[in-house]
Amino acid sequence: MVAETKTARFDSIALDSGATLSPVEIAYETYGSLNADRSNAILITHAFTGDAHAAGISAEGGKPGWWDNMIGPGRAFDTDRYFVICSNVLGGCQGSTGPASVNPATGRPYAMTFPVITIRDMVRLQRMLIDSLGILRLLSVAGGSMGGMQALEWAVSFPERLLSTIPIATTWRHSAQQIAFNEVGRQAIMSDPDWSEGNYYDKKPPARGLSVARMVGHITYMSDESMREKFGRRLREKETFGFDFGVDFEVESYLRYRGNQFVSRFDANSYLYITKAEDYFDLTNGTGTLIDAFLADPFNGLATRFLVISFTSDWLYPSYQSQEIVRVLRRVNGDVAYCDLQSNYGHDAFLVDIAEQTEIVRGFLASTARLVKAA
Amino acid sequence: MAHAAVPASQPVTLAERPDFSVIGEIIQPGSRVLDLGCGEGELLAWLVDHKQVMARGVEIAAAQVRKAIGRGVSAYQGDIDEGLADYPAKAFDYVILSQTLQETRSPLHVLQDMLRVGRRAIVSFPNFGHWSVRQAMLFTGQAPKTKLFPYDWYNSPNIHFLSINDFEDLCRESGFPIEKRYFLSGSTRVTVMPNLMAQTAVFLLG
Repeated sequence: MVAETKTARFDSIALDSGATLSPVEIAYETYGSLNADRSNAILITHAFTGDAHAAGISAEGGKPGWWDNMIGPGRAFDTDRYFVICSNVLGGCQGSTGPASVNPATGRPYAMTFPVITIRDMVRLQRMLIDSLGILRLLSVAGGSMGGMQALEWAVSFPERLLSTIPIATTWRHSAQQIAFNEVGRQAIMSDPDWSEGNYYDKKPPARGLSVARMVGHITYMSDESMREKFGRRLREKETFGFDFGVDFEVESYLRYRGNQFVSRFDANSYLYITKAEDYFDLTNGTGTLIDAFLADPFNGLATRFLVISFTSDWLYPSYQSQEIVRVLRRVNGDVAYCDLQSNYGHDAFLVDIAEQTEIVRGFLASTARLVKAA
Repeated sequence: MAHAAVPASQPVTLAERPDFSVIGEIIQPGSRVLDLGCGEGELLAWLVDHKQVMARGVEIAAAQVRKAIGRGVSAYQGDIDEGLADYPAKAFDYVILSQTLQETRSPLHVLQDMLRVGRRAIVSFPNFGHWSVRQAMLFTGQAPKTKLFPYDWYNSPNIHFLSINDFEDLCRESGFPIEKRYFLSGSTRVTVMPNLMAQTAVFLLG
């Protein structure tokens, strides 16, 4: 399955901050085909550093998509059955408008003049894309981590536009710990002299700061157990300590490698903007009463079906945050399925622990599709 | 089911669990049903297919919840002793507790909660008063291990042992109105001396 990234362009988008971006572009890919009554479309929402290339092999570069093990013929999101869409988020750096994009008013990259965006702004732009594809109602919106926040936001902002949502390894609002890790990443970038207040696009990017930010991120995506299994205290290509500050341990080598690799594919300013959007995320807009968020329209009740998934070893988005969502959905008698999947992989589990996710996502989507047939 | 979907799902039959066919008989088409301890969702999947019910399930075991969701049942992983508190009053037409009452920590609270969130409650349990249990106890002098209660005392999920008469007493003392009773030996209905002759009892409360 060769996947090609396309771009849709819109005149403007009004943002939560009060600012307007015009024009605005969104990069996206699609897999499978839309059926005659346009009822089989599923939107996949990506995590923080993901992109529109979720599945198949990219036309450019020949790389598999970031969720290729979940999306494709016969897979959880079965492209023989469903029309699957994935887009790059607003503020990103993989084809959608973000701080690295050229501001048409100045002819230069936005850099830090790019407006601060929110998860809801990302979802608004996705809705514009869905509108342009002629899809009235999505069968489902599904995503892990920040993708899960978008999936939840869809259910609250546009409940009439989707039948079901699959938030995975996520939260209904960013916690102090989650904000704290993001702030460490931002400070690493902003304290790199090469960051230059964000104006580095015609010179050297803040590679050291960005790679340190990514190293911290990677630690939070793993678990104590998965790191012990993967690295232990093994030394890197040596028998004894070097008694210097080069690489001694395997885990140091891995983090440095991941950090350096990240710099070549990700924009430091996008890192700042997207983490800020995550930190602002609160489905209740600061009221803390999740029940009101889900019942914005009490006359229609809650029509969206939910499949909530968490992982036992995920300490970045711990299971209790998913369980809070599930409890509130029970209180409004919502249609909610929930499973806390056993995994040792920490937060990364949603990307690597595929078999059990496949079992439940497949069943949930099939039963949602049966509702369409019955209606 | 017009859609030939759900490859993971097996056609559901109720043959293996005699109380399921009684429960299937009781439940009215199109009603709202909550199954506590829903296992792999076999009963709920059958009710959705045959009675077009709105189905919800609770199950503590992750592996079973996965199978239930894989079947298309909206099941969530949780403890029935705690989970019921979240539901609004009379959210369901029926709340089912099939062969699980004897495994709950606080059976009385579970029954009270069932009748709060459901208009009716359906409770089935293995009858500890059955002659085979009495006989085993009488002749061995040990915790009975029978077809009905097949576990050793130390690894049994059953933490309470009740007979049909015990349950009737509790309903009377607690004011749970019994609408109907069904007594089964295997899948055969028992009408004479149920506390001695029935292996399984199904009560419709409310």
